[in-house]
Amino acid sequence: MSVAIVGVGQTPFRRSCGINIRELCFKAFRDALEDINLAPKEIDASIICSAPEYDKQRSPAGLISEYLGLTPKPTFYAESICSSSSTGVKVGYGFIKSKLHDIVAIIGFQKMSEISSAEVQERMGRGADIQWESPFGAMMPAGYAMFAHAHMQEYGTTEEQLAKVKVKSSKYSFSNPLAMYRRVITLEECLKARVIASPLKMFDCCANADGASCVIMASEEKAKKITDTPVWVAGIGAASDTLSTTARTNLNGLTCAIDAGTQAYKMAHIEPEDVDVAEVHDCFTIAEIMAYENLGFCKPGEGGKLIEESQTYIGGKIPVNVDGGLLSKGHPIGATGGSQIRTIVFQLQGRAGKTQVDGAEVGLVHNIGGIGLYGNVTILRR
Amino acid sequence: MSFDKFGKMSYVSETKVADFVKYLEEGKIMATRCIRCGKLYFPPRADCPDDLSVDMTWQELSGRCKLLTYTTAHFAPVGFKDDLPYTLALAQCEEGVKVFALFSKDLNENEIHIGMDLRLTPLPLPNGRITYELKKV
Repeated sequence: MSVAIVGVGQTPFRRSCGINIRELCFKAFRDALEDINLAPKEIDASIICSAPEYDKQRSPAGLISEYLGLTPKPTFYAESICSSSSTGVKVGYGFIKSKLHDIVAIIGFQKMSEISSAEVQERMGRGADIQWESPFGAMMPAGYAMFAHAHMQEYGTTEEQLAKVKVKSSKYSFSNPLAMYRRVITLEECLKARVIASPLKMFDCCANADGASCVIMASEEKAKKITDTPVWVAGIGAASDTLSTTARTNLNGLTCAIDAGTQAYKMAHIEPEDVDVAEVHDCFTIAEIMAYENLGFCKPGEGGKLIEESQTYIGGKIPVNVDGGLLSKGHPIGATGGSQIRTIVFQLQGRAGKTQVDGAEVGLVHNIGGIGLYGNVTILRR
Repeated sequence: MSFDKFGKMSYVSETKVADFVKYLEEGKIMATRCIRCGKLYFPPRADCPDDLSVDMTWQELSGRCKLLTYTTAHFAPVGFKDDLPYTLALAQCEEGVKVFALFSKDLNENEIHIGMDLRLTPLPLPNGRITYELKKV
């Protein structure tokens, strides 16, 4: 029995959404159900995903399932920071495959504007190992910046190549009305921007956002009744790596992404070159370059060259993040994975509009939690 | 024995390796070694997951290490804004373990190159706190 994605939804990602988290989730939920033949009451279970340290509500699954009319069906919370909704999709897949449930809704959200930016900074400072790394002022951009310097040293990757990832991102976000930033950014602007954590500058970093996403999954039998264009889950991989930087063995890539990708390719019986379009977790420009290599779109060390040669644009070897990616869409932590899945589902259904990759049959989503802490790769097929 | 005087801003007060701070005050940077399997841990751990052993012994590190990677932060979490810019580094100790620490403030970013020799040394901070930092050799 195959498992399908039958509906996807997303709110606009914005700096400040002006509504509460239950209303934000309702918006994405309604969007996912809009053009499919499914009544909310037919949903058997819901999985609510966010990073709880940014929520004011304790145990948000209860609040959101109530507001979406999903009680008394089972609901619970899934968390792996920035990859929470991919984790939710993996759990949903397991529910359906095991025949515990037929139809599952995965709702990811984050309202980063709910707490003050000082509070956000305080929580971000506790994202590293709080005993041995946070006391030095470690934080997310610094962590990826250390990978960037190691990659530049090992492979000769340049700051211009990093900037070219953002240039591509801004080109495609121009066509994505849900993206937070839609202005085309030039290479020169990227290179002149202020340094956040060397060598990463402002445009090398994604921005916090408010937003929600929704993925509706169903068994093969139900899926065919719900929609004429189900998208099939062909492969799912997940892995973890150490939280502490000192215990990492690979400083030039994310081992959890390599592991998750290997599992997903094996399960889907495909090779990297069979992927027609991909969404990768570009929380920083270096993260996208490492993703190219970790997913096998190019050899280790050739990620910089891949963007340099424009091979990840539409028309290139493997179009990547043609919705603008995290760098331009914004990154509402718990909603991000669901948004990536929505983009790939639209691509495989031929509904991607101006950024449609012609004839896309196989799509891949790479969603990372933390600095390569949680790796999730999902392969979808038309 | 309290661990909460470690670092500029500590989030952990209780740990089985709190003696680390006492040693640091004596000028020693200590790792732990599992008596059963011999594995060396830095930062120190009280428990070895490889053989589920809790029989550990302290071992002093020489402090000699090489730079693996670094970044200079121009943006900081709460509590570190006054220190900006500061340089975080990951270094490989000659004993094989890695250390995550700040570069000493007297080092200019343009002097930094990956692979350079460094020395890990204790650093007393104001208000009776203590940490360690990486210095140029």
